[in-house]
Amino acid sequence: MARLLDALRLQIGLTGTKEGCGEGECGACSVLLNGELVNSCLTPLAHADGTDIVTIEGVASDEQLHVVQQAFIQCGGAQCGICTPGMVLAAMSLLARTPQPTEADIRAGLAGNLCRCTGYMRIFESVLEACRHLPPKL
Amino acid sequence: MRTPLHRYELTACDSLQDALAALAADPSARPFAGGTDLMVLMDAGHLPPGRYIDLWKVRELRDIDVTAEAVTLGALTTYTEVLKAEILRREFPMLGIAAAETGGIATQNRGTIGGNIANASPAADTPPALVAYDAELELVSSRGVRRVAYEKFHTGYKKMDLAPGELIARVRLPRGRKGWRDYYRKVGTRKAQAISKVCFAAAADVADGRVRDLRVALGSVAPTVVRCTATETTVRGHAVDDAVVVKAQRALASEIEPIDDIRSTAAYRLRVAQNVLREFLTRIRA
Ligand SMILES: Cc1cc2nc3c(=O)[nH]c(=O)nc-3n(C[C@H](O)[C@H](O)[C@H](O)COP(=O)(O)OP(=O)(O)OC[C@H]3O[C@@H](n4cnc5c(N)ncnc54)[C@H](O)[C@@H]3O)c2cc1C
Ligand code: FES
Ligand code: FES
Repeated sequence: MARLLDALRLQIGLTGTKEGCGEGECGACSVLLNGELVNSCLTPLAHADGTDIVTIEGVASDEQLHVVQQAFIQCGGAQCGICTPGMVLAAMSLLARTPQPTEADIRAGLAGNLCRCTGYMRIFESVLEACRHLPPKL
Repeated sequence: MRTPLHRYELTACDSLQDALAALAADPSARPFAGGTDLMVLMDAGHLPPGRYIDLWKVRELRDIDVTAEAVTLGALTTYTEVLKAEILRREFPMLGIAAAETGGIATQNRGTIGGNIANASPAADTPPALVAYDAELELVSSRGVRRVAYEKFHTGYKKMDLAPGELIARVRLPRGRKGWRDYYRKVGTRKAQAISKVCFAAAADVADGRVRDLRVALGSVAPTVVRCTATETTVRGHAVDDAVVVKAQRALASEIEPIDDIRSTAAYRLRVAQNVLREFLTRIRA
């Protein structure tokens, strides 16, 4: 058995995915697996077989940051940055499911991602800011 | 210190038959579903080295099946799938509430109902709802299928009526709950990602001001989930008034055994359980 987290960080060298707790509590290791948010520290590598995985390294396109990343910078949603990759992916997963989230939706969507620096309000603001820049749903 | 995970072997299976054969061939092997309980234990070195049979890709354990009599969930149904199922939202809403209050989104995407049951934590959040809904489990092994009332499944702390080589295949919820009113309340330190201090699920069939029938079940207040039959008896057949509430609260104290632990104290748990019971009875009285 191996963890998806270790395959990403140690074998492929994608160190944007962080390890905070290693037990599912903090969300620093969040990635999208077939579009769904998972904690890669609790995901056996075997379960990633044949799936499509997005880590934080795959979020920006070319030189253009994703609107969620842009919003985190603009609103001061990141300080030390350890939680940020997971927060950005959790926010993207939320916005894919709920493009116009309420504050309660944002709190629930990010509930599994802990931050020790920002106090969360700026993170929630970042997500709201990102909504304003998302292309309207067709 | 992290434990090297190569001490654990994960055997892939494509079908239920594969999984049952693998379990029969190695009596020490254990099932592995979403891993949200197991990976934590493995990483901390709390499990002996050994083999796990991976159910994750076993299709037969994933469907939600609806007949006139029952809604049946495959054991691999995740919390996210519970939340998406319209029929559950309509007829068994407490399961969705439990699912939404389990961990965060990432845990809900991977954690399964079968894993929640078989992990047998006294603090798990779906068991009280399953008891209140009179759920029945379908257990399968290479020897065949048997059914157990969920209420009877947990026999002691982390003990259950599950033989080696046997899997939880499905969870059956009997329909025909028209008119029943549900009440679910999880009390933890935080709204999300917290383990319950008290978890309460109840349902009542109220007609003409009287409680014709009811179920009351609690988690986190005993070695297993408890169906509180003495409490039910004080209420069944009566119109809820203050005297009934007091009797019910007293009965509840006689049939739960809360303890002091890192999350809470026995006294707090008893008090909260009684208060939540009162809230439920007040709701069905209105
Ligand atoms: C951050 C975090 C938060 C959590 N929050 C909550 C919470 O709020 N409430 C709560 O109740 N739980 C919570 N949990 C615990 C866990 O997510 C649930 O118990 C989950 O439902 C377990 O399912 P799984 O598929 O991941 O189980 P696994 O870890 O794969 O397995 C758990 C146990 O069940 C056995 N098993 C699994 N499937 C079967 C089967 N079909 N037949 C027989 N045995 C089987 C395994 O052998 C193992 O012993 C949390 C976990 C984490 C990491
Ligand atoms: S490192 Fe995976 S949840 Fe904390
Ligand atoms: S910015 Fe430091 S943990 Fe969130």
